[in-house]
Amino acid sequence: MADVELTPDEVRHVAALARLGLADEEVERLGRELTSILGHVNTIAQLPIADVPPTKHANPHGDALRPDAARPGAPREEALANAPDPTPEGFRVPPIGA
Amino acid sequence: MSGGWQRDGYEAVIGLEIHVQLDTASKMFCACPNRFGDEPNTNVCMVCLAHPGALPVANAEAVRQSARVGLALGCRIPAASEFSRKQYFYPDSPKAYQISQYDQPLCAEGSFHVPGEGAFTVRITRAHLEEDAAKMIHAGGDAGRIQGSAGSVVDFNRAGTPLLEIVTEPDLRSPEQARRFLTLLRATVVAIGASDCDMEKGSLRADANVSIRPIGSAGYGTKTELKNMNSVRFLARGIEAELERQLGLVLAGEEVRQETLHFDPATGGLTSLRSKEEAHDYRYFPEPDLLPVTQDPDDLAALAGQLPELPVARFARLTGAGLPEATALLLATEVELAAYYDELAGRVGDAKVAANWVMGELQAHLNAAGIAADASPVTPARLAGLVGLVVDGTINQTSAKEVFQALVEDPAADAAGVVEARGLAQVGDADELGAIVDGVLADHPEEVAAFKGGREQVIGFLVGQCMKASGGRADAKALQALLRERLSA
Amino acid sequence: MAIDVIGLTAERAAALLRGRECTSEELAQAYLDRIAAVDGELHSYLHVDPERTLAAAREQDASGGDGLAGVPIAYKDLLSTRGVPTTAGSRILEGFVPIESADVVRWGDEAGLVSLGKTNLDEFAMGSSTEHSAYGPTRNPWDVARVPGGSSGGSAAVVASGCAPWALGTDTGGSIRQPAAFCGLVGLMPTYGSVSRFGVVAFACSLEQVGPMTLTVRDAALLQQVIARDSDRDATCTGPREPIALPEAGRLDGITFGVPRAELEAGVEEGVRARFDESLAIAESLGARLVDVELPYARHGLAAYYVIAPAEASANLSRFDGVRYGLRVDAPDVRAMYEATRDAGFGAEVKRRIMIGTYALSAGYHDAYYVQAQRVRTLIRRDFDAAFGQVDAILLPTAPTTAFPIGARLDDPLAMYANDIFTLPVNLAGIPALSVPNGLSEGLPTGLQIIGPAHSENLLLRLGAAFEAEHAFDPVPPAMRSAS
Ligand SMILES: [Mg+2]
Ligand SMILES: [Zn+2]
Repeated sequence: MADVELTPDEVRHVAALARLGLADEEVERLGRELTSILGHVNTIAQLPIADVPPTKHANPHGDALRPDAARPGAPREEALANAPDPTPEGFRVPPIGA
Repeated sequence: MSGGWQRDGYEAVIGLEIHVQLDTASKMFCACPNRFGDEPNTNVCMVCLAHPGALPVANAEAVRQSARVGLALGCRIPAASEFSRKQYFYPDSPKAYQISQYDQPLCAEGSFHVPGEGAFTVRITRAHLEEDAAKMIHAGGDAGRIQGSAGSVVDFNRAGTPLLEIVTEPDLRSPEQARRFLTLLRATVVAIGASDCDMEKGSLRADANVSIRPIGSAGYGTKTELKNMNSVRFLARGIEAELERQLGLVLAGEEVRQETLHFDPATGGLTSLRSKEEAHDYRYFPEPDLLPVTQDPDDLAALAGQLPELPVARFARLTGAGLPEATALLLATEVELAAYYDELAGRVGDAKVAANWVMGELQAHLNAAGIAADASPVTPARLAGLVGLVVDGTINQTSAKEVFQALVEDPAADAAGVVEARGLAQVGDADELGAIVDGVLADHPEEVAAFKGGREQVIGFLVGQCMKASGGRADAKALQALLRERLSA
Repeated sequence: MAIDVIGLTAERAAALLRGRECTSEELAQAYLDRIAAVDGELHSYLHVDPERTLAAAREQDASGGDGLAGVPIAYKDLLSTRGVPTTAGSRILEGFVPIESADVVRWGDEAGLVSLGKTNLDEFAMGSSTEHSAYGPTRNPWDVARVPGGSSGGSAAVVASGCAPWALGTDTGGSIRQPAAFCGLVGLMPTYGSVSRFGVVAFACSLEQVGPMTLTVRDAALLQQVIARDSDRDATCTGPREPIALPEAGRLDGITFGVPRAELEAGVEEGVRARFDESLAIAESLGARLVDVELPYARHGLAAYYVIAPAEASANLSRFDGVRYGLRVDAPDVRAMYEATRDAGFGAEVKRRIMIGTYALSAGYHDAYYVQAQRVRTLIRRDFDAAFGQVDAILLPTAPTTAFPIGARLDDPLAMYANDIFTLPVNLAGIPALSVPNGLSEGLPTGLQIIGPAHSENLLLRLGAAFEAEHAFDPVPPAMRSAS
């Protein structure tokens, strides 16, 4: 993969995917920083290792499954205690919008 | 009727995505109860609220039930499957990613045969395990509409409950095929015991991918997605409406736009939910917190051996027992009716007799009342009591209808009690019948003469008169025999 | 009695308690006094609640437990503590109070450990200096103009300054070992999957483990005994393969160390290199054999790490959306609320990594970056496997430099990341490594990193104890020696 240079529009697109509202100065600065970091990361892009299986798990011996036993959840007051905008029974969010 | 939908040189191409809520005790990745209808946010914990530091651990029973469904759908169950993160932001998605399966699903490449007249086969692309989203309770605005509403409250009870997503190839060629397929699939999952598949509660939800193309063409037209149809009937109606809409566009020289649509069964209208122009970028990657699920071939063979009789096999058995195909299909696939039939047939001990009652009196009553079989006040046990009285000759068919009505009207009544109270026991006693017959013959000398002159069909009239004289209670067979005996004397 | 907590090991503290030379309450009070005296300058704790700590200590005094019961401890503020604020060093979690404790904290509670408080860290453990904390940097007790390392810089500073006998940290790319080296401590990064991650605010799930940061190797073993357990709430955790033993110092006859000479050429500070070479000589003097090993893919570890860790982090941090907990910045619709909340709640380094990770996973780049990095990871694991076919353990400096001045690397992310070149390959391989003090360079501590195959903790602790005994390093910084 050729060296990447992130344009402001690409930075904004990635920020939108990640739901990061960025000020214009941040877009400019991140564009520079990401270009430099990805430039370094690109050193591995050329390695001819397509036949090597990717490592997905550092400990492949873990337990995949748990038995299906139910336990009561947390009391509702506790679940709602950290909510920024709670109602008596739930978590309020602003309208979904257009 | 199961032929394809074809109009003006175009045919229908339909695929389904079906979400089945698995009936486990606990959620998919935490131990919170998997229960419908509780107070909001009472079945929640660190994991399903996605508190920082929470980790998922997969539910063994959800995996087992999914594998059973996969086997019933003729799927290959790969030796290893893998969970992945599907990322999107929405208030109903607490982690902002759904743990689902991507390139290594639990069940792959199946095929599912729908028998009966116009039988067809649907290829199953895959069936994969994932977690359900939370429920949004929308406040203000138009009820049920998301856009423009004045905010929402999120209930996380459903968040993280296990879902099996079944995806078909675009093999369905008509709304009716979609209806038949989904009906049989639903019956199969219910028979397995993996889910109650109650579409009203949302434990079975179907999306349809719909497109049209020139008959005989191998390519695909632009498809639209019909979201979350909550009954099999509405699914068929929604697809029908969408096919008509697309055909209208194409015939008018316009293009079908790729979009997600909602079908309103009340108005029959289709509304666009969101356009797919800004395509999703889900940024899938393997879930590092969960290990691959491995399947042992011996365990799978055992699992396959333990499956109950599935609707397709029931269909074969019922047609083998002499039931007409249409009846057998209905009694194999309509979940509530099938369960009702099974219990009745078991109690009555005669497949055909039971089928006749279910297809006759019971269906008529269910249709009139607009209810499902499991909601009928005439339970299989009560109906079996009535059928027993017919079979053993205590009452005749005419009285049986009256008793059935009585059972519908009075949930406390039982068949024997009604017969007793109303004196409906049939008259089979030779002396009593003889008196009735003699009276009728005496009153109708002309008909008697006609019979004796060779007009045998007159006997029907005479039987009717005798029945009337008995108050409808005469044993029709005994009556016939007695009449013939007297007339030929 | 007046207890001098400066330089007091946990092992010694437990002995004082068991010998009834002091109570847990007195011990806790002595640490709280020490914190009050020096932490204003160091800023190593984010949360201290003296009443809660003393109540917990009194409970231990009353219950008459044994073993480690009543010994104080500090927890990195990445570990969830039920009823006690947990911020992960981020504004976005300001005021958040967990409803459950991390497994390792629960195991600590079960052992009777008394929490002194929550320690500072780089926001979400993303950093190598603790300067990326939203609540301000922690200072190095050896030189308050310098960083303590990171991301577990607060945990390192509290132990080095006598503000806790020991602490738990987490290590995703060196975050236990590098601050341990910068502050003259012992730090153990356990085998991936031997310690539960449940309740550890996730940064990069496939890389990180919780581990001890202590004054001595024996303390590290003692704390590892508490936390290394199987957990049914972490599917990737299976516990240690064998019980953790308390190590004794001794000779190293029959031990073969691998030395990756090629890696050492990559810009190791002169003083650090000199101390490292002395340790190689010590190893030989104790009877061990040294052989050269090659880790050809280790040099690609930095690039692989800066794809994998941000990719996982970008997903892990998506849950901070202002809906269920933490910061919310109001806005007229949900999407605007998300963007405003996450913009205000995350610091620059966190945003940088979320951006890298999101980019690396996005359509069109997934295979070139993410999958390729996971392949490099496989090759790094194979390198280590091949090396451990020949040697018992591998020796490297923990970090290429000593603690750098506060502010020196803030404007150059790549230079900051490069400080972890010797530690990150270990996380990518999922194997354990121990950092032990390796003497001073220009008055600042350096660290010796001993890397072993999976589940070789007992070996690493024994080797560490041998080096520790030879170095006879005094872990108390000169400026901290005079009792407050
Ligand atoms: Mg899905
Ligand atoms: Zn839960």
